[in-house]
Amino acid sequence: MLDLVDVGLAVVGRQILHDINLHVLPGEIHAILGMNGTGKSTLASVIMGLSGFSPTSGKVVFQGEDITALSISGRAKRGITLAWQEPARFEGLTVGEYLELGRHGSPGGGPPPGECLLMVGLPPDRYLQRTVDATLSGGERKRVELASVLSMEPRLSILDEPDSGIDALSLNRILDAVRILARNGASVLLITHQNEIAASADRASSLCGGTILKTGDPLAIGRFFRNHCRECPHGSVPHGEVPLHE
Amino acid sequence: MSDYTKEFLAMSKAYEASGGDPASLSDGRIAGLMVSHRRILRSNDAPGVRIEGEETPTGVKAKITVDPGVHVERPVHLCFGVLPKEGTQEIVSEFLVGEGAKASFLAHCVFPNAVKVRHVMDARIHVGKHASLEYSETHYHGEEGGVEVLPTARITIGEGGSYRSLFKLVQGAAGELRIDYEADIGKDALCELDARVYGKRNDAIRIKESLFLNGEKSRGLAKSRIVASDHCTSEVVGEAVGNAPGARGHVDCVEIVRGKDARVSAVPRLLVTDDRAKLTHEAAIGSVDKKQVETLMARGLTEEESVDVVVRGILR
Repeated sequence: MLDLVDVGLAVVGRQILHDINLHVLPGEIHAILGMNGTGKSTLASVIMGLSGFSPTSGKVVFQGEDITALSISGRAKRGITLAWQEPARFEGLTVGEYLELGRHGSPGGGPPPGECLLMVGLPPDRYLQRTVDATLSGGERKRVELASVLSMEPRLSILDEPDSGIDALSLNRILDAVRILARNGASVLLITHQNEIAASADRASSLCGGTILKTGDPLAIGRFFRNHCRECPHGSVPHGEVPLHE
Repeated sequence: MSDYTKEFLAMSKAYEASGGDPASLSDGRIAGLMVSHRRILRSNDAPGVRIEGEETPTGVKAKITVDPGVHVERPVHLCFGVLPKEGTQEIVSEFLVGEGAKASFLAHCVFPNAVKVRHVMDARIHVGKHASLEYSETHYHGEEGGVEVLPTARITIGEGGSYRSLFKLVQGAAGELRIDYEADIGKDALCELDARVYGKRNDAIRIKESLFLNGEKSRGLAKSRIVASDHCTSEVVGEAVGNAPGARGHVDCVEIVRGKDARVSAVPRLLVTDDRAKLTHEAAIGSVDKKQVETLMARGLTEEESVDVVVRGILR
Protein backbone atom coordinates (compact mmCIF):
# COMPACT_ATOMS: atom_id res chain seq x y z
CA MET A 1 0.00 0.00 0.00
CA LEU A 2 2.61 2.55 1.12
CA ASP A 3 6.35 2.37 0.64
CA LEU A 4 8.86 4.87 1.91
CA VAL A 5 12.18 4.27 0.19
CA ASP A 6 15.32 5.79 1.74
CA VAL A 7 13.36 8.92 2.69
CA GLY A 8 15.30 11.77 4.24
CA LEU A 9 14.36 15.30 5.17
CA ALA A 10 16.71 18.13 6.02
CA VAL A 11 15.42 21.50 7.19
CA VAL A 12 17.79 24.46 7.22
CA GLY A 13 20.74 22.12 7.10
CA ARG A 14 19.49 19.92 9.95
CA GLN A 15 18.70 16.31 9.16
CA ILE A 16 15.26 15.57 10.69
CA LEU A 17 14.59 12.24 9.00
CA HIS A 18 17.04 9.92 7.30
CA ASP A 19 17.12 6.51 5.65
CA ILE A 20 13.44 5.88 6.37
CA ASN A 21 12.33 2.61 4.85
CA LEU A 22 8.80 1.63 5.69
CA HIS A 23 6.39 -0.80 4.10
CA VAL A 24 2.72 -0.59 5.11
CA LEU A 25 0.57 -3.49 3.93
CA PRO A 26 -3.00 -3.26 2.61
CA GLY A 27 -5.52 -3.58 5.43
CA GLU A 28 -2.80 -3.17 8.04
CA ILE A 29 -2.82 -1.03 11.17
CA HIS A 30 0.79 -0.03 11.45
CA ALA A 31 1.96 1.81 14.56
CA ILE A 32 4.86 4.24 14.57
CA LEU A 33 6.16 4.29 18.12
CA GLY A 34 8.60 6.88 19.33
CA MET A 35 9.41 9.45 21.95
CA ASN A 36 8.57 13.13 21.57
CA GLY A 37 10.90 14.85 19.13
CA THR A 38 11.96 11.74 17.25
CA GLY A 39 10.29 12.82 14.00
CA LYS A 40 6.89 11.06 14.12
CA SER A 41 4.79 14.07 13.14
CA THR A 42 7.41 15.07 10.57
CA LEU A 43 7.09 11.63 9.02
CA ALA A 44 3.30 12.07 8.86
CA SER A 45 3.78 15.46 7.18
CA VAL A 46 6.14 13.97 4.59
CA ILE A 47 3.69 11.22 3.67
CA MET A 48 0.80 13.73 3.38
CA GLY A 49 3.01 16.11 1.36
CA LEU A 50 2.57 19.15 3.59
CA SER A 51 4.27 22.38 2.64
CA GLY A 52 7.92 22.42 3.77
CA PHE A 53 8.06 18.64 4.09
CA SER A 54 9.19 17.50 0.65
CA PRO A 55 11.78 14.76 1.10
CA THR A 56 15.31 15.85 0.35
CA SER A 57 16.11 12.26 -0.55
CA GLY A 58 14.25 9.06 -1.34
CA LYS A 59 10.69 8.61 -2.51
CA VAL A 60 7.14 8.01 -1.33
CA VAL A 61 5.27 5.31 -3.22
CA PHE A 62 1.54 4.67 -2.83
CA GLN A 63 -0.14 1.71 -4.49
CA GLY A 64 2.81 1.42 -6.85
CA GLU A 65 2.79 5.10 -7.87
CA ASP A 66 5.59 7.49 -6.96
CA ILE A 67 3.70 10.34 -5.27
CA THR A 68 6.73 12.23 -3.95
CA ALA A 69 5.96 15.28 -6.08
CA LEU A 70 2.16 15.17 -5.69
CA SER A 71 0.24 17.95 -3.92
CA ILE A 72 -1.72 17.35 -0.72
CA SER A 73 -4.96 17.39 -2.70
CA GLY A 74 -3.51 14.97 -5.23
CA ARG A 75 -2.63 12.56 -2.47
CA ALA A 76 -6.05 12.98 -0.84
CA LYS A 77 -7.73 12.21 -4.16
CA ARG A 78 -5.77 8.96 -4.26
CA GLY A 79 -7.16 8.09 -0.83
CA ILE A 80 -4.56 9.36 1.64
CA THR A 81 -5.54 11.59 4.52
CA LEU A 82 -4.16 12.84 7.80
CA ALA A 83 -5.67 13.52 11.20
CA TRP A 84 -3.49 16.13 12.87
CA GLN A 85 -2.31 15.80 16.44
CA GLU A 86 -3.57 19.35 17.09
CA PRO A 87 -6.35 19.76 14.52
CA ALA A 88 -7.09 23.16 13.00
CA ARG A 89 -10.18 25.06 14.07
CA PHE A 90 -12.56 26.78 11.69
CA GLU A 91 -14.78 29.76 12.38
CA GLY A 92 -18.23 29.56 10.87
CA LEU A 93 -17.96 25.93 9.74
CA THR A 94 -20.30 23.47 11.43
CA VAL A 95 -19.27 19.96 12.31
CA GLY A 96 -21.85 18.68 9.82
CA GLU A 97 -20.40 20.80 7.02
CA TYR A 98 -16.86 19.82 7.93
CA LEU A 99 -17.73 16.14 7.74
CA GLU A 100 -19.55 16.68 4.44
CA LEU A 101 -16.32 18.10 3.00
CA GLY A 102 -14.54 14.88 3.91
CA ARG A 103 -17.37 12.86 2.43
CA HIS A 104 -17.12 14.91 -0.75
CA GLY A 105 -13.49 13.78 -1.02
CA SER A 106 -14.47 10.12 -0.90
CA PRO A 107 -14.76 8.33 -4.26
CA GLY A 108 -17.71 6.33 -2.90
CA GLY A 109 -19.45 9.19 -1.11
CA GLY A 110 -18.53 8.03 2.40
CA PRO A 111 -20.89 7.53 5.33
CA PRO A 112 -23.14 10.45 6.35
CA PRO A 113 -21.88 12.87 9.04
CA GLY A 114 -24.20 11.59 11.77
CA GLU A 115 -22.97 8.03 11.29
CA CYS A 116 -19.32 9.15 11.49
CA LEU A 117 -19.99 11.01 14.73
CA LEU A 118 -21.59 7.95 16.27
CA MET A 119 -18.51 5.92 15.32
CA VAL A 120 -16.36 8.22 17.49
CA GLY A 121 -18.91 8.37 20.30
CA LEU A 122 -20.35 11.84 19.70
CA PRO A 123 -24.18 12.18 19.60
CA PRO A 124 -25.09 13.75 16.22
CA ASP A 125 -28.00 15.76 17.62
CA ARG A 126 -25.60 17.56 19.93
CA TYR A 127 -22.69 18.02 17.56
CA LEU A 128 -23.77 18.40 13.93
CA GLN A 129 -24.67 22.08 14.37
CA ARG A 130 -21.72 22.93 16.59
CA THR A 131 -18.96 25.02 15.05
CA VAL A 132 -15.48 23.54 14.55
CA ASP A 133 -13.93 26.37 16.53
CA ALA A 134 -12.57 27.04 19.99
CA THR A 135 -15.94 26.17 21.55
CA LEU A 136 -15.08 22.49 21.07
CA SER A 137 -12.79 21.06 23.72
CA GLY A 138 -9.48 19.53 22.63
CA GLY A 139 -10.87 16.02 23.04
CA GLU A 140 -14.06 16.83 21.12
CA ARG A 141 -12.05 18.38 18.31
CA LYS A 142 -9.85 15.28 18.08
CA ARG A 143 -12.90 13.06 17.78
CA VAL A 144 -14.45 15.29 15.15
CA GLU A 145 -11.15 15.04 13.25
CA LEU A 146 -11.32 11.27 13.37
CA ALA A 147 -14.97 11.39 12.25
CA SER A 148 -13.87 13.54 9.32
CA VAL A 149 -11.30 10.92 8.33
CA LEU A 150 -13.99 8.24 8.59
CA SER A 151 -16.25 10.26 6.31
CA MET A 152 -13.58 10.07 3.57
CA GLU A 153 -13.27 6.28 3.62
CA PRO A 154 -9.57 6.69 2.83
CA ARG A 155 -7.25 4.00 1.50
CA LEU A 156 -4.57 5.18 3.93
CA SER A 157 -5.27 7.10 7.14
CA ILE A 158 -2.41 8.73 8.96
CA LEU A 159 -3.49 9.32 12.54
CA ASP A 160 -1.08 11.50 14.49
CA GLU A 161 -1.51 10.65 18.18
CA PRO A 162 -5.29 10.15 18.07
CA ASP A 163 -5.17 9.21 21.75
CA SER A 164 -3.72 12.46 23.06
CA GLY A 165 -6.27 14.59 24.90
CA ILE A 166 -8.77 11.72 24.92
CA ASP A 167 -10.12 10.43 28.22
CA ALA A 168 -9.61 6.79 29.11
CA LEU A 169 -13.30 5.93 28.66
CA SER A 170 -13.30 7.20 25.08
CA LEU A 171 -10.11 5.47 24.11
CA ASN A 172 -11.76 2.15 23.27
CA ARG A 173 -14.20 4.01 21.02
CA ILE A 174 -11.27 5.62 19.24
CA LEU A 175 -9.58 2.26 18.77
CA ASP A 176 -12.84 0.84 17.40
CA ALA A 177 -12.91 3.69 14.88
CA VAL A 178 -9.33 2.89 13.90
CA ARG A 179 -10.37 -0.68 13.21
CA ILE A 180 -13.27 0.55 11.08
CA LEU A 181 -10.78 2.57 9.03
CA ALA A 182 -8.77 -0.57 8.39
CA ARG A 183 -11.72 -2.46 6.92
CA ASN A 184 -11.90 -3.51 3.30
CA GLY A 185 -8.18 -3.48 2.67
CA ALA A 186 -7.53 0.12 3.76
CA SER A 187 -4.49 0.86 5.90
CA VAL A 188 -3.87 2.95 8.99
CA LEU A 189 -0.60 4.49 10.07
CA LEU A 190 -1.05 5.00 13.78
CA ILE A 191 1.43 7.42 15.31
CA THR A 192 1.78 7.26 19.05
CA HIS A 193 4.16 7.28 21.96
CA GLN A 194 2.01 4.94 24.01
CA ASN A 195 2.70 1.22 24.06
CA GLU A 196 -0.93 0.50 24.89
CA ILE A 197 -2.10 2.13 21.68
CA ALA A 198 0.60 0.56 19.55
CA ALA A 199 -0.43 -2.83 20.92
CA SER A 200 -3.71 -2.57 19.01
CA ALA A 201 -1.81 -2.49 15.70
CA ASP A 202 -0.98 -5.41 13.42
CA ARG A 203 2.66 -4.34 13.16
CA ALA A 204 4.75 -1.55 14.60
CA SER A 205 7.93 0.36 13.85
CA SER A 206 10.13 2.12 16.33
CA LEU A 207 11.31 5.60 15.37
CA CYS A 208 14.34 7.13 17.02
CA GLY A 209 16.60 9.98 16.00
CA GLY A 210 14.73 10.45 12.75
CA THR A 211 15.00 6.91 11.47
CA ILE A 212 13.25 3.59 11.88
CA LEU A 213 15.18 1.22 14.10
CA LYS A 214 12.98 -1.85 14.08
CA THR A 215 9.75 -3.12 12.56
CA GLY A 216 7.78 -6.13 13.70
CA ASP A 217 5.22 -7.47 16.11
CA PRO A 218 3.78 -4.54 18.09
CA LEU A 219 4.26 -6.26 21.45
CA ALA A 220 7.92 -6.91 20.68
CA ILE A 221 8.40 -3.36 19.41
CA GLY A 222 6.59 -2.13 22.52
CA ARG A 223 8.99 -4.06 24.74
CA PHE A 224 11.91 -2.69 22.79
CA PHE A 225 10.49 0.81 23.13
CA ARG A 226 9.85 0.39 26.84
CA ASN A 227 13.25 -1.11 27.58
CA HIS A 228 15.39 1.10 25.40
CA CYS A 229 13.68 4.26 24.28
CA ARG A 230 12.21 5.64 27.45
CA GLU A 231 15.60 6.90 28.41
CA CYS A 232 16.97 7.09 24.91
CA PRO A 233 19.37 10.04 24.72
CA HIS A 234 19.44 10.06 20.93
CA GLY A 235 16.38 12.18 20.21
CA SER A 236 18.29 14.39 17.84
CA VAL A 237 21.18 12.24 16.79
CA PRO A 238 22.75 13.51 13.57
CA HIS A 239 22.54 11.52 10.39
CA GLY A 240 24.65 8.40 10.47
CA GLU A 241 25.14 8.30 14.21
CA VAL A 242 22.01 6.48 15.33
CA PRO A 243 23.06 3.53 17.47
CA LEU A 244 21.43 0.18 16.86
CA HIS A 245 19.73 -0.89 20.08
CA GLU A 246 18.89 -4.43 20.89
CA MET B 1 -48.67 49.85 -12.32
CA SER B 2 -48.03 53.00 -10.26
CA ASP B 3 -44.56 54.41 -9.65
CA TYR B 4 -44.96 53.52 -5.98
CA THR B 5 -45.72 49.88 -6.77
CA LYS B 6 -42.84 49.67 -9.23
CA GLU B 7 -40.44 51.09 -6.69
CA PHE B 8 -41.76 48.87 -3.91
CA LEU B 9 -41.35 45.77 -6.08
CA ALA B 10 -37.85 46.79 -7.18
CA MET B 11 -36.82 47.36 -3.55
CA SER B 12 -38.40 44.05 -2.54
CA LYS B 13 -36.41 42.29 -5.25
CA ALA B 14 -33.14 43.87 -4.08
CA TYR B 15 -34.11 43.08 -0.49
CA GLU B 16 -34.61 39.44 -1.39
CA ALA B 17 -31.23 39.37 -3.20
CA SER B 18 -29.61 40.58 0.02
CA GLY B 19 -31.07 37.64 1.92
CA GLY B 20 -34.26 39.24 3.23
CA ASP B 21 -37.69 37.66 3.09
CA PRO B 22 -39.85 39.96 0.91
CA ALA B 23 -43.05 38.59 2.48
CA SER B 24 -42.04 40.23 5.74
CA LEU B 25 -42.22 43.66 4.06
CA SER B 26 -45.96 43.39 3.55
CA ASP B 27 -46.80 41.41 6.68
CA GLY B 28 -48.94 43.64 8.87
CA ARG B 29 -47.86 41.83 12.03
CA ILE B 30 -44.23 42.81 11.50
CA ALA B 31 -43.04 46.28 12.38
CA GLY B 32 -40.91 47.74 9.65
CA LEU B 33 -39.65 50.68 7.70
CA MET B 34 -38.73 50.73 4.02
CA VAL B 35 -36.93 53.71 2.57
CA SER B 36 -36.08 54.02 -1.11
CA HIS B 37 -33.65 56.86 -1.60
CA ARG B 38 -35.47 59.72 0.18
CA ARG B 39 -38.95 58.27 0.09
CA ILE B 40 -40.65 56.21 2.79
CA LEU B 41 -42.37 53.35 1.00
CA ARG B 42 -43.62 51.58 4.06
CA SER B 43 -43.81 52.26 7.78
CA ASN B 44 -45.64 49.82 9.98
CA ASP B 45 -46.03 49.66 13.75
CA ALA B 46 -46.61 46.53 15.78
CA PRO B 47 -47.83 46.12 19.36
CA GLY B 48 -45.24 47.88 21.55
CA VAL B 49 -43.20 49.11 18.57
CA ARG B 50 -43.69 52.60 17.14
CA ILE B 51 -41.97 53.90 14.05
CA GLU B 52 -42.06 57.60 13.30
CA GLY B 53 -40.52 58.47 9.96
CA GLU B 54 -40.11 61.78 8.23
CA GLU B 55 -38.74 62.49 4.77
CA THR B 56 -36.02 65.16 4.62
CA PRO B 57 -34.30 66.90 1.68
CA THR B 58 -31.37 64.47 1.97
CA GLY B 59 -33.03 61.31 3.23
CA VAL B 60 -35.15 60.25 6.18
CA LYS B 61 -35.35 60.88 9.90
CA ALA B 62 -36.70 57.98 11.90
CA LYS B 63 -37.46 57.33 15.52
CA ILE B 64 -38.16 53.77 16.55
CA THR B 65 -39.44 53.10 20.04
CA VAL B 66 -39.90 49.79 21.78
CA ASP B 67 -42.05 50.29 24.85
CA PRO B 68 -40.78 49.27 28.28
CA GLY B 69 -41.30 45.64 29.14
CA VAL B 70 -42.33 44.65 25.62
CA HIS B 71 -40.83 41.50 24.17
CA VAL B 72 -41.13 41.91 20.41
CA GLU B 73 -42.00 38.52 19.01
CA ARG B 74 -41.06 39.07 15.36
CA PRO B 75 -37.90 40.95 14.35
CA VAL B 76 -38.43 44.52 13.21
CA HIS B 77 -37.53 44.77 9.51
CA LEU B 78 -35.70 47.78 8.13
CA CYS B 79 -34.84 48.23 4.49
CA PHE B 80 -32.85 51.16 3.12
CA GLY B 81 -31.79 51.43 -0.48
CA VAL B 82 -30.96 53.51 -3.49
CA LEU B 83 -31.96 51.95 -6.78
CA PRO B 84 -30.63 54.53 -9.27
CA LYS B 85 -26.95 54.56 -10.18
CA GLU B 86 -26.38 57.83 -8.38
CA GLY B 87 -27.73 59.50 -5.28
CA THR B 88 -27.24 60.39 -1.65
CA GLN B 89 -29.26 58.94 1.18
CA GLU B 90 -28.87 60.17 4.73
CA ILE B 91 -30.69 58.28 7.44
CA VAL B 92 -30.77 59.94 10.83
CA SER B 93 -32.24 57.49 13.28
CA GLU B 94 -32.94 57.08 16.94
CA PHE B 95 -33.68 53.76 18.58
CA LEU B 96 -35.20 53.75 22.04
CA VAL B 97 -35.57 50.38 23.73
CA GLY B 98 -37.43 50.81 26.98
CA GLU B 99 -36.58 49.31 30.35
CA GLY B 100 -36.91 45.53 30.35
CA ALA B 101 -37.85 45.40 26.67
CA LYS B 102 -36.44 42.85 24.26
CA ALA B 103 -36.24 43.27 20.48
CA SER B 104 -34.29 42.28 17.43
CA PHE B 105 -33.89 44.26 14.23
CA LEU B 106 -33.05 42.96 10.78
CA ALA B 107 -31.77 45.76 8.58
CA HIS B 108 -30.94 45.39 4.90
CA CYS B 109 -29.20 48.10 2.90
CA VAL B 110 -29.41 47.58 -0.85
CA PHE B 111 -27.56 49.45 -3.58
CA PRO B 112 -27.69 47.01 -6.48
CA ASN B 113 -26.97 49.45 -9.32
CA ALA B 114 -24.70 51.91 -7.56
CA VAL B 115 -22.10 53.76 -9.58
CA LYS B 116 -21.98 56.83 -7.39
CA VAL B 117 -24.13 56.36 -4.32
CA ARG B 118 -23.51 57.79 -0.86
CA HIS B 119 -25.30 56.21 2.10
CA VAL B 120 -24.95 57.89 5.47
CA MET B 121 -26.41 56.29 8.58
CA ASP B 122 -26.28 58.32 11.75
CA ALA B 123 -27.83 56.35 14.59
CA ARG B 124 -28.40 57.03 18.27
CA ILE B 125 -29.26 53.86 20.12
CA HIS B 126 -30.47 53.79 23.71
CA VAL B 127 -30.92 50.43 25.36
CA GLY B 128 -32.72 50.79 28.67
CA LYS B 129 -32.11 49.11 31.99
CA HIS B 130 -32.26 45.31 31.66
CA ALA B 131 -33.36 45.69 28.05
CA SER B 132 -31.95 43.72 25.15
CA LEU B 133 -31.44 44.69 21.52
CA GLU B 134 -29.98 42.64 18.69
CA TYR B 135 -29.29 44.56 15.51
CA SER B 136 -28.25 42.77 12.32
CA GLU B 137 -27.38 44.80 9.25
CA THR B 138 -26.71 43.16 5.90
CA HIS B 139 -25.56 45.08 2.85
CA TYR B 140 -26.10 44.15 -0.76
CA HIS B 141 -24.07 46.15 -3.24
CA GLY B 142 -23.63 45.91 -6.98
CA GLU B 143 -20.32 44.95 -8.50
CA GLU B 144 -19.41 48.45 -9.68
CA GLY B 145 -17.97 49.50 -6.33
CA GLY B 146 -19.45 52.97 -6.57
CA VAL B 147 -20.83 53.08 -3.06
CA GLU B 148 -19.78 55.19 -0.15
CA VAL B 149 -21.17 53.77 3.08
CA LEU B 150 -20.74 55.76 6.27
CA PRO B 151 -22.47 54.17 9.25
CA THR B 152 -22.07 55.92 12.57
CA ALA B 153 -23.68 54.75 15.79
CA ARG B 154 -23.57 56.08 19.32
CA ILE B 155 -24.89 53.44 21.64
CA THR B 156 -25.83 53.75 25.29
CA ILE B 157 -26.61 50.65 27.28
CA GLY B 158 -28.25 50.96 30.68
CA GLU B 159 -27.68 48.84 33.76
CA GLY B 160 -28.03 45.13 33.05
CA GLY B 161 -28.89 45.78 29.43
CA SER B 162 -27.39 44.15 26.36
CA TYR B 163 -26.71 45.18 22.79
CA ARG B 164 -25.40 42.92 20.05
CA SER B 165 -24.80 44.08 16.51
CA LEU B 166 -23.67 42.30 13.39
CA PHE B 167 -22.69 44.27 10.29
CA LYS B 168 -22.22 42.21 7.11
CA LEU B 169 -21.06 43.41 3.74
CA VAL B 170 -19.97 40.37 1.79
CA GLN B 171 -22.02 40.64 -1.40
CA GLY B 172 -20.88 42.90 -4.20
CA ALA B 173 -18.18 45.53 -3.95
CA ALA B 174 -17.86 47.29 -0.60
CA GLY B 175 -16.78 50.55 -2.22
CA GLU B 176 -15.70 53.01 0.43
CA LEU B 177 -16.83 51.89 3.85
CA ARG B 178 -16.20 53.83 7.04
CA ILE B 179 -17.82 52.38 10.15
CA ASP B 180 -17.65 54.34 13.37
CA TYR B 181 -19.38 52.71 16.35
CA GLU B 182 -19.03 53.87 19.91
CA ALA B 183 -20.70 52.26 22.92
CA ASP B 184 -21.13 53.59 26.45
CA ILE B 185 -21.70 50.46 28.52
CA GLY B 186 -23.33 50.73 31.91
CA LYS B 187 -23.23 48.65 35.08
CA ASP B 188 -23.55 44.89 34.45
CA ALA B 189 -24.33 45.66 30.80
CA LEU B 190 -23.04 43.86 27.72
CA CYS B 191 -22.09 45.10 24.28
CA GLU B 192 -20.90 43.03 21.31
CA LEU B 193 -19.98 44.72 18.04
CA ASP B 194 -19.25 42.40 15.13
CA ALA B 195 -18.34 43.51 11.60
CA ARG B 196 -17.68 41.23 8.61
CA VAL B 197 -16.64 42.62 5.27
CA TYR B 198 -15.31 41.20 2.01
CA GLY B 199 -13.33 43.86 0.13
CA LYS B 200 -12.45 43.58 -3.53
CA ARG B 201 -10.98 45.67 -6.35
CA ASN B 202 -10.23 49.17 -5.03
CA ASP B 203 -12.49 49.01 -1.98
CA ALA B 204 -11.35 51.06 0.99
CA ILE B 205 -12.50 49.80 4.38
CA ARG B 206 -12.08 51.53 7.68
CA ILE B 207 -13.72 50.18 10.80
CA LYS B 208 -13.59 51.79 14.20
CA GLU B 209 -15.31 50.05 17.06
CA SER B 210 -15.00 51.63 20.49
CA LEU B 211 -16.13 50.20 23.80
CA PHE B 212 -16.32 52.48 26.82
CA LEU B 213 -16.76 50.19 29.78
CA ASN B 214 -18.08 52.78 32.16
CA GLY B 215 -20.21 50.67 34.48
CA GLU B 216 -19.10 48.27 37.17
CA LYS B 217 -18.78 44.74 35.77
CA SER B 218 -19.64 45.92 32.27
CA ARG B 219 -18.51 43.66 29.42
CA GLY B 220 -17.69 44.37 25.80
CA LEU B 221 -16.44 42.66 22.67
CA ALA B 222 -15.30 44.43 19.51
CA LYS B 223 -14.92 41.83 16.79
CA SER B 224 -14.08 42.23 13.12
CA ARG B 225 -13.52 39.81 10.27
CA ILE B 226 -12.20 41.26 7.03
CA VAL B 227 -11.12 39.64 3.80
CA ALA B 228 -9.24 41.93 1.43
CA SER B 229 -8.51 40.94 -2.16
CA ASP B 230 -7.29 42.67 -5.33
CA HIS B 231 -6.25 46.25 -4.47
CA CYS B 232 -8.47 46.57 -1.41
CA THR B 233 -7.20 48.39 1.66
CA SER B 234 -8.50 47.82 5.16
CA GLU B 235 -7.82 49.37 8.52
CA VAL B 236 -9.47 48.19 11.70
CA VAL B 237 -9.26 50.14 14.92
CA GLY B 238 -10.58 48.25 17.91
CA GLU B 239 -10.73 50.32 21.02
CA ALA B 240 -11.62 49.43 24.59
CA VAL B 241 -11.51 51.66 27.62
CA GLY B 242 -11.92 50.15 31.07
CA ASN B 243 -13.23 52.82 33.38
CA ALA B 244 -14.90 50.79 36.11
CA PRO B 245 -14.19 48.01 38.60
CA GLY B 246 -14.69 44.54 37.19
CA ALA B 247 -15.08 45.78 33.63
CA ARG B 248 -13.97 43.26 30.98
CA GLY B 249 -13.29 44.10 27.35
CA HIS B 250 -11.88 42.19 24.42
CA VAL B 251 -10.86 43.31 20.94
CA ASP B 252 -10.70 40.52 18.36
CA CYS B 253 -9.62 41.18 14.79
CA VAL B 254 -8.93 38.83 11.88
CA GLU B 255 -7.99 40.25 8.49
CA ILE B 256 -7.15 37.95 5.61
CA VAL B 257 -5.27 39.13 2.55
CA ARG B 258 -5.90 37.45 -0.79
CA GLY B 259 -3.47 38.53 -3.48
CA LYS B 260 -0.30 40.57 -3.38
CA ASP B 261 -1.79 44.02 -3.84
CA ALA B 262 -4.25 44.20 -0.94
CA ARG B 263 -3.21 45.97 2.27
CA VAL B 264 -4.59 45.45 5.75
CA SER B 265 -3.79 46.82 9.16
CA ALA B 266 -5.12 46.34 12.66
CA VAL B 267 -4.77 48.86 15.47
CA PRO B 268 -5.90 47.78 18.92
CA ARG B 269 -6.17 50.54 21.51
CA LEU B 270 -6.64 49.56 25.10
CA LEU B 271 -6.82 51.97 27.98
CA VAL B 272 -7.49 51.14 31.61
CA THR B 273 -8.29 53.88 34.08
CA ASP B 274 -9.44 51.61 36.89
CA ASP B 275 -6.98 49.03 38.21
CA ARG B 276 -9.78 46.50 38.69
CA ALA B 277 -10.71 46.48 34.99
CA LYS B 278 -9.19 44.04 32.50
CA LEU B 279 -8.85 44.35 28.74
CA THR B 280 -7.44 41.91 26.20
CA HIS B 281 -6.94 41.82 22.46
CA GLU B 282 -5.98 39.43 19.73
CA ALA B 283 -5.35 40.03 16.07
CA ALA B 284 -4.40 37.79 13.18
CA ILE B 285 -3.69 39.49 9.89
CA GLY B 286 -2.17 38.19 6.68
CA SER B 287 -2.68 35.10 4.60
CA VAL B 288 -5.15 32.34 5.34
CA ASP B 289 -3.88 30.01 8.04
CA LYS B 290 -1.76 27.36 6.36
CA LYS B 291 -2.86 24.57 8.66
CA GLN B 292 -6.53 25.24 7.94
CA VAL B 293 -5.89 25.13 4.20
CA GLU B 294 -3.79 21.97 4.39
CA THR B 295 -6.39 20.26 6.56
CA LEU B 296 -9.05 20.84 3.93
CA MET B 297 -6.68 19.85 1.13
CA ALA B 298 -6.09 16.59 2.99
CA ARG B 299 -9.84 16.01 2.61
CA GLY B 300 -9.55 16.34 -1.15
CA LEU B 301 -10.26 20.04 -1.76
CA THR B 302 -7.96 22.06 -3.99
CA GLU B 303 -5.99 24.91 -2.45
CA GLU B 304 -8.38 27.50 -3.93
CA GLU B 305 -11.45 25.62 -2.70
CA SER B 306 -9.89 25.33 0.75
CA VAL B 307 -9.21 29.06 0.96
CA ASP B 308 -12.81 29.74 -0.12
CA VAL B 309 -14.17 27.51 2.64
CA VAL B 310 -12.06 29.29 5.27
CA VAL B 311 -13.03 32.75 3.98
CA ARG B 312 -16.74 31.93 3.76
CA GLY B 313 -16.61 30.62 7.31
CA ILE B 314 -15.11 33.72 8.87
CA LEU B 315 -17.52 36.00 7.01
CA ARG B 316 -20.60 33.97 7.81
